[in-house]
Parts: sequence; structure tokens; C-alpha cells
Amino acid sequence: MKRLLQIEFIKLWNNRSSRILIISYFVLLTSIALVAAIKFDIGPIQFHLADQGIFNFPYIWHFNTFVTAFFKLFLAIVIVSMMSNEYSNKTIKQNLIDGLSKKEFVLSKFLTVISFALISTVFVFAVSMILGLIYSDYDELSIIFSDLEFLLAYFVKLVGFFSFCLFLGVLVKRSAFALGFLILWQVFEGFVRGMIRWKLFDSETTDTVMGFFPLNSMFNLVKEPFTRLNAVQSVANQIGEKVSLNYHVHTYEILIVLTWTFIFISSSYWILKKRDL
Amino acid sequence: METILTVSNLTKKFGYLTAVKDLSFSIEKGNVYGILGPNGSGKSTTLGIVLNVVNRTSGNFTWFDGHTSTHEALKKVGAIIERPNFYPYMSALQNLKLVSKIKEVPEDRIEETLQLVGLWERKDSKFRTYSLGMKQRLAIASALLNDPEILILDEPTNGLDPQGIHQIRQIIKKIASQGTTILLASHLLDEVEKVCSHVVILRKGEKLYSGPVEDMMASHGFLELKCRDTSALVDILSGDERFGKIEESLGLVTVVLREKMDPGELNEHLFKKGIVLTHLVMRRESLEEQFLNLTKSQSN
Repeated sequence: MKRLLQIEFIKLWNNRSSRILIISYFVLLTSIALVAAIKFDIGPIQFHLADQGIFNFPYIWHFNTFVTAFFKLFLAIVIVSMMSNEYSNKTIKQNLIDGLSKKEFVLSKFLTVISFALISTVFVFAVSMILGLIYSDYDELSIIFSDLEFLLAYFVKLVGFFSFCLFLGVLVKRSAFALGFLILWQVFEGFVRGMIRWKLFDSETTDTVMGFFPLNSMFNLVKEPFTRLNAVQSVANQIGEKVSLNYHVHTYEILIVLTWTFIFISSSYWILKKRDL
Repeated sequence: METILTVSNLTKKFGYLTAVKDLSFSIEKGNVYGILGPNGSGKSTTLGIVLNVVNRTSGNFTWFDGHTSTHEALKKVGAIIERPNFYPYMSALQNLKLVSKIKEVPEDRIEETLQLVGLWERKDSKFRTYSLGMKQRLAIASALLNDPEILILDEPTNGLDPQGIHQIRQIIKKIASQGTTILLASHLLDEVEKVCSHVVILRKGEKLYSGPVEDMMASHGFLELKCRDTSALVDILSGDERFGKIEESLGLVTVVLREKMDPGELNEHLFKKGIVLTHLVMRRESLEEQFLNLTKSQSN
């Protein structure tokens, strides 16, 4: 396993564009801390975002995992191209001839995906922890370490998404087309949602059905955190709107994403096995 | 003798096209093999199958004793097929380090192999800055990293300039002289003739011949003769049972031998008859002529 990761590390780290993308990804993850600096001071209106409770434990786990998940697109590019480059350089052929089995090849990519997700999760954990310790109103240990399931959900979400990218890379063989396909798939899921809602079901059933689609199921893992904010809720209450609060991470949602991950990785292997190189 | 590779009844179909048809042969340790055949005769496909990159339709192949899985066996094989494939953004050194990791061999042979192919000075240049000849030589270095039991080369001199071809040939000869088993696929016959002891000949995916080069045709070779009085020479030769077809062009008489013959004896015999030879060469048919004869006779 260590050998497979080393192989993949050599390939990625020596590629300048991958290296730049990976570094900028982690810089961006850290940059969430900059949100704390957002401060308006316009005469009577004083607004400091950090004081609005977004850095309160345990809410910070939810907020940070949700926001940082958007940066995963950077790594998506790296992952799609690390797969498709093997095809365009024909190095996949050489790797197999040199004695890597097809299983090891897919495994080495999958291990990379897991490492990316794991490092991201640890990173987000560390950044959130520091921000929380600085700005949080509550600092009892029991509160700090509650709601950590958001980190687990974040990890699973990244693994699922990156596996999807990996699969597209194998399927399409060209990085630009694979990324295009990813966007197309997002549009497709939106289109299906629209059609189902319009013709078939009510809003609740539509949500349930859509929860089984890959990208939607990944998005569902960490739900939007903004309606949980006190400020937003008090505004909502004032205008007489009741905000439903079902923001928890559900086990079945994790299972759906894990199932997709399994499907993506095993079909990548299957495609590779069937294809003549 | 130790068998390195056994191929039995291998068949590969691409849709309607049968690229390899019921092919069987085996590779013994220590010999230098050539796979011959015109373009599209299934050479590369066959190599692709035994190298785990092309799926077979039917048939079988086994590496070594037959108990090793293909990818484990390939760690003991060095192979270059068609074009050299490396990571363009990595230097020669980085590429070879990666290959060492894949083959699970220590990195200390990298310098030795790069020296052998004459690329040590350029070890830190990126692969994409290399010329085709250098790329091909790097591929050979990479194939030799694991001190392979067998070296497989598919068209190693394709697209190279004469100097590059010469360099690659020298390297191959050097490796062959060290006792490494070599399997060389090529449609350039003089290339194969210069280094190979055994050949497998393919045409349209079918095997026409496999065995030692000398046994390819049961022939005793032919003589090239010149003398002042050509017609007298032809008269004597045509009256002799031991000679086959006689051809004459531009004063050069070419005569096929029906049985083994000592050229000295013939010279003496002709001298007694009053014919003084100015030119006497005994030759065997080149591989090219034998190959053309074989493929021609099979197509009729």
C-alpha cells in the first residue's frame, strides 16, 4: 500500500500544474480563516462576522465543512487529469508492462483519493479548531467535540466526489472532456429534479428520490448551515417564516454515497480490465 | 532447457478482424528470438497480450514455470513496445525511479543502465526535451533496470536516423552477448538476421515457421562465380548433377547447390578443365530472401 502511494506521489508531485493546484487548494482551505476578518464599521452599523456566532462550537464544524467543500473542485481537476494523463501519455500501458497489475493501478489512484480526502479533513479540523478556540463563545470540551459527524460526512463526501472524478477520467480519457462531463452531469441532475417535481411528485418525495443521485447525495451529506444562524432565524421569525431544522447527518445518506463510491471504483476497474490499451 | 514463455493456441479478434490466429510457440532461456512479419501481421498484438495490455479472445500463455501471475512475471521482464512511454514532465532520473518503484527493484542500477545507453549526462533533463533516439535509449535503460530474464523489444529502431539505429543495435548486441534472452519483433529483416538465433514468422496472424534460423530452409546455399569465359563455365555447371538453377547476369554466374560442397574442390575441378575463376563466393540465402520465399510459397 505504501508502495502504491509512493508511486502516485512521484507522478503527482513532479507535475508542476498538479503541484500548484494542490498547494493552492490547501491555501484556500486555510483562507476560510480570513472570513473572521470581515468587519463592517459604517457609523451606527457595526458588523463583525466573527461575532455572529459562525465560529461557535459546535456550529463551526458544520459551517466550515460546508464552505470548504466548494474548494474540492481544485482537486477534482488534479484527479481527473492524473487519470487522463496516464492515457494521453500512454504511461498506463508502460506501468502495466513494468509489472503493475490493473487492480494495483486502480487501487493506487483510489488510495490517492482517500489520502486527499483525509488530509483535507484533518486540515479543516485543525483550521476550525484554531478559529473556534479564538472566537467561540463556548469552550467546554464536551461542546467542542460535539457534532463531529460533520467531519465524517465531509470526508465521505470528498471520497465520493473524487471517486466520481476518477471514474470520469477512466471513462472519458481526456481531462477537459471529463470535467465537461462532470458539469453536464450536474446540469442533468438539476434537469431530472425539475422534471420529477413538475410531473411526478411533491417537493418532499422529489428530495427523497434525488437523494439517490450521485452528486445530489454528496451534496446532502453536509446541508447548508446558514439557516441555523441565530441572526437568520430571528429574521425569519420576524417575517413569520418557520425554518425547518433538519441539518443532521444521516447514516443512510452516508451509505448512499459509499455505495456510489464503490460503484465508481469497481466500474473503473472493470472498464480498465475490458479495454485493450 | 528452461522455458521462459509458452504461448498456446492464442487468438485475438478485433471485431471481425482476427489479428492473431491460433498461435503457439515457446521461448527458451538464452536464445535470441526474432518475431518476423509484415506490418499488421499480429506481432505487436501478440506481444501486447503476453504483456498484459491487450485482452486475449481465447488460448493461453504462461510465464516461466506457469505458477507466477502475469504482473508478477512482468517484474522480471524488460519490455519496450512501439513508442517509448514516459512522463514527459519528469526527468530521466525521476522516470527511472518511478519504474524501480513499480518493479520493486532497488534504485542503484539506474546509474549503470543510464551509462550503458549513454544518457547519464542528460539524466536531469525532462523527458519531453529528448530526441526520439534518446527516448528509445531511455526505454531500453528502463527495461534493463530489473536485470530482466528476458528483454522484449518491439520495433526498437522504428523512426530512428541511421546513427540512432546503429546505437540501438550496438546496445542490443551488447545485451545479447551477456546472455540475456531477447525477443525482438521487427519487419526489418537484416536487423533480425544480425542478432537472432531463432525466428517466429507470422503472416496475417498465423504462424508460418518457428525454429532456428539455419533450419528455416533446407538449403545448402549458393555460389557466385566469375571467370573470363562465362559460357564455358555455364556449360560445365549445367552438365553437373550437383548444381541446381543457374543464373547469369552481368558476367556474374549464380548457381544453387543441391548438396553440400567444398568450394575449394570445385575451384580445383574447374581449373583442371581450363577455367580460371576470378571470383568465388559461397553464400547462404539472406533472411530476407528466405522470408520472401516462405511468405510467397504460403500465399500460393
